[in-house]
Amino acid sequence: MRRFEMIARSPLVVALFMSLAIAGCASKKNMPNSAGDLGLAGSATPGSTQDFTVNVGDRIFFDVDSSVIRGDAQQTLSKQAQWLKRYPNYAITVEGHADERGTREYNLALGQRRAAATRNYLASQGVPAGRIKTISYGNERPVAVCDSESCWSQNRRAITVLGGAGS
Amino acid sequence: MMTIGQPKEGPELMLRTTRTILSAFAMIIALLAVATLPARAQLKLDITKGVVEPMPIAITDFLSGDQLGTNISGVIAADLERSGLFAPIEKGAFIEKISNPDAAPRFEDWKVINAQALVTGRVTKQGDGRLKAEFRLWDTFAGKQLIGQQFFTSPESWRRVAHIIADAIYKELTGEDGYFDTRVVYVDESGTKEKRVKRLAIMDQDGANTRYLTNGKDLVLTPRFSPSRQEITYMSFEGGKPQIYLLQLETGQRELVGNFPGMTIAPRFSPDGQKVVMSLLQEDGSANIYTMDLRSRTTTRLTSTSAIDTGASYSPDGTQVVFESDRGGRPQIYKMGADGSNPQRISFGDGSYSTPVWSPRGDLIAFTKQAGGEFSIGVMKTDGSGERILSSGYHDEGPTWAPNGRVLMFFRQPPGSNSPHLMTVDLTGRNIRQIQTPNLSSDPAWSPLLE
Repeated sequence: MRRFEMIARSPLVVALFMSLAIAGCASKKNMPNSAGDLGLAGSATPGSTQDFTVNVGDRIFFDVDSSVIRGDAQQTLSKQAQWLKRYPNYAITVEGHADERGTREYNLALGQRRAAATRNYLASQGVPAGRIKTISYGNERPVAVCDSESCWSQNRRAITVLGGAGS
Repeated sequence: MMTIGQPKEGPELMLRTTRTILSAFAMIIALLAVATLPARAQLKLDITKGVVEPMPIAITDFLSGDQLGTNISGVIAADLERSGLFAPIEKGAFIEKISNPDAAPRFEDWKVINAQALVTGRVTKQGDGRLKAEFRLWDTFAGKQLIGQQFFTSPESWRRVAHIIADAIYKELTGEDGYFDTRVVYVDESGTKEKRVKRLAIMDQDGANTRYLTNGKDLVLTPRFSPSRQEITYMSFEGGKPQIYLLQLETGQRELVGNFPGMTIAPRFSPDGQKVVMSLLQEDGSANIYTMDLRSRTTTRLTSTSAIDTGASYSPDGTQVVFESDRGGRPQIYKMGADGSNPQRISFGDGSYSTPVWSPRGDLIAFTKQAGGEFSIGVMKTDGSGERILSSGYHDEGPTWAPNGRVLMFFRQPPGSNSPHLMTVDLTGRNIRQIQTPNLSSDPAWSPLLE
């Protein structure tokens, strides 16, 4: 323990941690993932990530404990698939998420199941499955925070992220 | 202890080697002896019988030239009090002022304030800079010494000495091993719920001496202690590829556990510390349980279903594995042979069951139960019978056993708070306490007893 403590306490290492943390924040700000974040619906350049997020819709939602692609989600994913086929140069990562009303490890697996179901649906619509990576955040990255279904329903989601590994 | 034994004649030295992480922690334990009255009765707290009336105990300030003696006594008293088995008596009620801890106390003075047990001691600085801490445990009604020991240690290890003394008292008076000289690795949380920063942290079991093991850059989850080494396994989202890692606590050295094609989650060591069991999240959305042998690096698949199989935990003899699976619909607890053979469901109650953890004594399985809008911590026998809920709330999750199998730590998030914190509960369910941590905290994992 002692040696590790000494390493962690060294000012040099602390400075390195801080610079990494700042870099992490900066890159996140460049990746808005909802129309609300952007505030410029409709004005996005065709083929841009903003175009995808705002005009197509980057996310779908799930029922409690379910990874079934609902009817409304099928419509969104069909639009996503058309757009993704038109712009084949984007790498795609589907992030699966769960609400917080489950245990951590189960929710990680459930998020993966949702991401896999989403990827499979996009593949069924003609997007090459090999182009789509998946990742699960379980209940670690909610977008809405409250103790009721109004928030939980927004957090049970899969987000199609363009250009690499998730948020 | 079943027998008290006669006081030793003369200063019999006993050396106990300490297989610890720090040579500075190395201690010499000696048995102290004083002339005492003959034994009459046996002071013993039976903690196997459900509800226990806490034993009144007087813990006097250890003699020292400074604050240290009082501090050590304070840590001992706090450990014993938090166990729920002891009721330390207010110091203001003490009649005798201990001025010579080598002499027998005036037992009448302690009996009259109903102190069934009495702790006295002294701490002195040695010429070489080390501390010498001595203590004696007295049975006031029998009028005899139960334990006398001394320790030499570096001054910064004074809290550890106090925990070791508290363990010795606990063991003498209950007959069970203590759990105070232990640590807990957990996840320290800060920032908003949407962008929470999580760092691995390690602390003493009473919440003191927190140190951080990661810097918060990467999301880290579910750390677990090795049963045999100063090593933890945990999950990290490092590099956008969530996987299981090992971290050596002494050196800070880290390594990946296996190289799987997908995310790996829910790691836990085998009882011999030689394997890590975990779940692999697969392309088809299923989760299956694998082990990796840390020496040979070979992986073995234990389950093959299209369901979510996760949260695996070995029995202490290493022959069985308990886990959670939603193969029957909602998550329930199953057990199987350590080779994956003969899986059978053991939980059948309402709601869902997850995070099963086999007790270090082998007799119980702790779990998180989700039912009726509440999350509870409970225990069941290893065949699934005898379920008892120990704690319930809006969100109580993730039990971990104290090494003596009598106390569980878990995390609790009260409604509306988004603020998880660590709690302990004993097997009676009556003694439930919050552990103070510097920030928000979750995912605790208890170390084995330090040696």
